Amino acid sequence: MKPRLHRPDRRGRFGEYGGRFAPETLMAALEELEEEFAAAWADPLFVGEYNRLLELYVGRPTPLYPAHRLSERLGVEVWLKREDLAHTGAHKINNALGQGLLAHRMGKPRIIAETGAGQHGVATATAAAVLGLECQVYMGVVDIRRQAPNVSRMQILGADVVEVSSGAGTLKDAVSEAMRDWARTVEETQYVIGSVVGPHPFPWMVRELQKVIGEEILRQSEQLPDVAVACVGGGSNAIGMFWPLAGTGVELVGVEAGGEGIHTGQHGASIGMGSPGILHGALTYMLQDDDGQVLEAHSISAGLDYPGVGPEHSYFQEAGLARYVSITDREALDGVRLLARTEGIIPALESAHAVAWVAKEAVALRNKTVLINLSGRGDKDMEMLVERL
Amino acid sequence: MKSSDRTSSTEAARMRSGAERIADLFVTARREERSVFLPFLTAGLPDLGSSPAMFQAMAEAGADGFEVGIPYSDPLMDGPVICRGSEQAIGAGATLDRSLSILGEVSETTGVPSLAMTYANPVFRRGADWFCDRLAEAGAAGLIVADLPFDEAQPLGEAARRHGLGMVLFVALTSTYKRIKAVAEASPTFIYAVANLGVTGERSEWSSRVEELVERIRDVTDIPVVLGVGISNPEQAAVAARLADGFIVGTALVRRVLESSDPQNAAGALATAVSEMAAAARW
Repeated sequence: MKPRLHRPDRRGRFGEYGGRFAPETLMAALEELEEEFAAAWADPLFVGEYNRLLELYVGRPTPLYPAHRLSERLGVEVWLKREDLAHTGAHKINNALGQGLLAHRMGKPRIIAETGAGQHGVATATAAAVLGLECQVYMGVVDIRRQAPNVSRMQILGADVVEVSSGAGTLKDAVSEAMRDWARTVEETQYVIGSVVGPHPFPWMVRELQKVIGEEILRQSEQLPDVAVACVGGGSNAIGMFWPLAGTGVELVGVEAGGEGIHTGQHGASIGMGSPGILHGALTYMLQDDDGQVLEAHSISAGLDYPGVGPEHSYFQEAGLARYVSITDREALDGVRLLARTEGIIPALESAHAVAWVAKEAVALRNKTVLINLSGRGDKDMEMLVERL
Repeated sequence: MKSSDRTSSTEAARMRSGAERIADLFVTARREERSVFLPFLTAGLPDLGSSPAMFQAMAEAGADGFEVGIPYSDPLMDGPVICRGSEQAIGAGATLDRSLSILGEVSETTGVPSLAMTYANPVFRRGADWFCDRLAEAGAAGLIVADLPFDEAQPLGEAARRHGLGMVLFVALTSTYKRIKAVAEASPTFIYAVANLGVTGERSEWSSRVEELVERIRDVTDIPVVLGVGISNPEQAAVAARLADGFIVGTALVRRVLESSDPQNAAGALATAVSEMAAAARW
């Protein structure tokens, strides 16, 4: 097992993964962003303001909850890290507020974001509202349909939701469109990316802003769990939990979208079924064909419907710091029902992948303590749940 | 040009490396008091069979060389028109191998230097050395990779050099002095100066900072500067030609092909557009 890396190297690499494969127009802005974030992150005033907002506005620390009835049902001691209780209903707010504060500090009046499930879009719209910034959110046309409540939330918060109809009309296309916007508006706009993806410094910066999840777990646990489980699309909730726990002896498990099944070609298992390539500015595991054309991902959960993964996860996989598995759409739906009926918590379809993996592996996990990062709540998925459950 | 002349010039060209053939373009153009005009078109448009004829029509209308687009599924630097062109070309069957063979045919029949224009992932997927080997074999003169800044371009630059291909690097309006200097030190065959913020596409107005950008580059190096992004009509071509050693036009040409009812019309529309812009390239 290789060690976790505090910072990617000078070229923005975690081992060989990461880097900065971006059009030249964005390069100076990426260099500036790296410097500005490093300075802000070392500035007690900035960090103090961020922590104050996390406490008083987001409601952190989020609870570490012993899920007794679920534990009884599965025969596994299960704990939940309740990111679903954070303001706006998911861990995404940790990152959006941090990047929003940074934009404010850098004097950029406008922020843009991409969103899949809509959780990052809502979080960014929220940060923009509370910090007084202009906000535009790119969202695929398919996701606008399947996550309608979040579209309304963003609009009520004063954000402009831009429909993206290129490609499959999902998260990948929304990221591409946000990057195109940024290339045009880079001088007055900050791109608040929603996950640990994209060119350096985004994967590092977003991990730094999400690692509060794992740091709280270290403080809240009398005894560390044997296994920590999180869903992985781009992988921000997972790396936020994994990074502080890496090297402590806790087994780390990332759950990718198995979609219709990983051998059907309809899935989002970038690490499980993909290969290294360059997507959205970083070298990382991705779904591609022999010509290097990006393949469409598929998942019932919009937030995991992405053909790539954060480069630090590619590093974690190769370094043996975490292992990556997958859960199908059907299993995830069953995970929603299981958690709803045993604990009275309706998880986001994304987070339900982690719940479902624990349920599926219950026999192998017997006598172990398992911690699930419950990254978001399921209100946004109601229409899908009514239809499919 | 008579066909016998073309054959002999093609043979003469084969004696020189791709990088040298590109460099020659700037020497010739300077002597003729004009700027080098490099039209861009995606390989495989409007369909695989008629794609080479599009380039032939543009060569006859006065193109000095070409950027041949190898269509990519996620072209981050491109606006809606070139995105649609790439999608259509991929849909028409323009795989990497097919695109490279179109590029080969274009190099062979037109006799002018052609550069492959693509994105980092197709190159990475097959490997820099494999990619350059295939380009050289196809008769390409060089390559441009839209999402490969100099910071990440070294391995590909070395592979290109080994195969005698010209490597192009970008400078943008937002590039700092330090970055411009680093680009110059990597000695690209020419510098692609991105004339506008944002992605490829037609613009009614031009950035007022282009002139300053070209000056900033020329303060640092005498490597030829080629302007691209946002140049779509003879008036803009004339401005670009006066400012820089060369210019690239893409979206306006791809749009003409996409809007044409059949390949003959497309070739005709391209020839008209290219001859107008080539005329505007004279100082």
